[in-house]
Amino acid sequence: MALAPNTSQVDDGLKNELAKKGIVVTTMNQLYNWGRRSSIWPMQFGLACCAIEMIATACARYDIARFGAELFRPSPRQADLMIVAGTVTKKMAPQVVRLYNQMAEPKYVITMGACSIAGGPFIDGYNVLRGIDRYIPVDVHLPGCPPRPEALLYGLMELQKKIDGQQIETAEWYQQGLKREYPIPEFGPHGLIPKFNPEVWQPRENDLRKERYGQPIMIGKKSKAPNLDVVAVAAAPRPAAPAPTPPPTPGIA
Amino acid sequence: MNKIFEAKDINLAGINSSLLEVNIGPQHPSTHGVFRMNAVLDGEVIVSLKPVMGYLHRNHEQIAENMSYAASMPYTDRLDYFNSMSNNLGYALSVEKLAGLEVPERAEYIRVIMAELTRLINHIAVIGFLLNDLGAFFTPVLYAFREREKILDIFEEISGSRMMCNYLRFGGVKRDLSPAILERIRGVVTAFPRFLEEFETLLTKNEILCMRCQNVGVLSPELAVNASITGPLLRASGVNYDIRKVDGYSVYPRFQFKVPLGPKGDVYDRYYVRILEMRESLKILDQALSTIPAGEIMSKKMIPFLKSPRNFKPPVGEAYARVEAPKGELGFYVVSDGTPQPWRYHVRAPSFINLTILEDMCLGQKVADAIIILGSVDIVLGEVDR
Repeated sequence: MALAPNTSQVDDGLKNELAKKGIVVTTMNQLYNWGRRSSIWPMQFGLACCAIEMIATACARYDIARFGAELFRPSPRQADLMIVAGTVTKKMAPQVVRLYNQMAEPKYVITMGACSIAGGPFIDGYNVLRGIDRYIPVDVHLPGCPPRPEALLYGLMELQKKIDGQQIETAEWYQQGLKREYPIPEFGPHGLIPKFNPEVWQPRENDLRKERYGQPIMIGKKSKAPNLDVVAVAAAPRPAAPAPTPPPTPGIA
Repeated sequence: MNKIFEAKDINLAGINSSLLEVNIGPQHPSTHGVFRMNAVLDGEVIVSLKPVMGYLHRNHEQIAENMSYAASMPYTDRLDYFNSMSNNLGYALSVEKLAGLEVPERAEYIRVIMAELTRLINHIAVIGFLLNDLGAFFTPVLYAFREREKILDIFEEISGSRMMCNYLRFGGVKRDLSPAILERIRGVVTAFPRFLEEFETLLTKNEILCMRCQNVGVLSPELAVNASITGPLLRASGVNYDIRKVDGYSVYPRFQFKVPLGPKGDVYDRYYVRILEMRESLKILDQALSTIPAGEIMSKKMIPFLKSPRNFKPPVGEAYARVEAPKGELGFYVVSDGTPQPWRYHVRAPSFINLTILEDMCLGQKVADAIIILGSVDIVLGEVDR
């Protein structure tokens, strides 16, 4: 992603000359973005397995503090970045959207792991949401199950690149009277209502899953329970057979 | 924790006071995931506390009933995502019991080594998070995760993944351990006591830790047994019940180790029992590493099914196998109907059943104590909600 264009009228020669004297000429955009990109505060918000890798990223070995993002805030009001780390179930999805709505602008979302991108290994579950991007806009998708801590750092760097490219004049979160809130889905009799937010996500016309992997293997409904009693009888120790009568010892009787 | 949504007026001995309902979670730094508690407070004292579960219900059992036996092995990793190897062991044991498989001796030793390494990971992480709840923000976790990374490196080398190992197979393990890896494991095992001593110097006799943890959340042995609590929680209450001793699965009967018991059953005992259990795990690891035999790592009967796991059809029947997971008794109940998919697949999750006792431990305690009691129960939501 390109940096915000440098619109300053000062020519490069003069800039270099000034830099030698300790004067830096830059644009408001670049200065502002430099500040924002270097202090992204993530929300302390773990959903499942990926949260442990998120904690590992914050710990000494990977040390997310090198990127200025070490301050995990428990409150969404103080956070800039929501790392959706883990499976979003249908029971949890309304809360995730509510937390996103409560965050202050500008706000960013990283979906960490296959589950929060598209359901991951649990995509066939009846209670698993197939991707949080159905309800909230996502900036960086981070695949993996779970992604390694290095991957999370890479995702953060990608987000920093995105922040570098934003301009105050055009960024939507800097406009007056903006209220970027998304409707919170409700838990209905057949899953969430609405099924997705058409503002941020539209279903594809062709089913990519079917296209790439073919028809899913259908097992068919099993209706007959195995008769375990028969097995139990067969496996049970048989009543002790009468001890084989010792061959009559000749000579006594 | 600060969402007040209802207040009921009551009249207590002529003084007008009111109970306060406080909702803790599902997004809360101390609930260890997406767990929710509805607490009713009288002042600061807990009058009632109802756990609300299901925020991470991801249909583990339903998914497992629709796929082959071997395919749900990676899903067991994601049950209790701190210790994937123990979960693999429980599932492998139940299917082996169902199909009547023998496991080669070397594979049994490798399994025990892996299960004990996961116990180390789990217990250090739990103690770190418990201190996080006590207010020592993040520093103990840094120490704990430093050691955890060393063990995860070994897991990564043998299984290819840091957390979700998927290493065990029915009738054996996936790959053999090379002498170099065994040497590395030995290095970790010999270096670990030093870390434990460092950790204990900082914590065990720490005045703040003692004052916050002792006589808090006492669980009587009678109640613990009646509520079928297992694991360190039960042993901290003084009940001598360890499935490694009671059941003697795998090759555990060959190793010398003690079962640490707590005198009282408060939060401090649960902390200290875990420390002692780590020391016993190190003893088991030491013995296993020095006596590991050479030989096969896979049952001959199961080798053809490694390439085509969908052809694996255990005979009709049922089996329940249990292991002493770091959190308690982890059991897998599998019913086969002779097809490649199980007819019924059930997980007896220890942290789910240990959680049922939470209200009894918290009644009459302060709110701040409820947080550390929850921390000492040691829950992982992937296992609670499955």
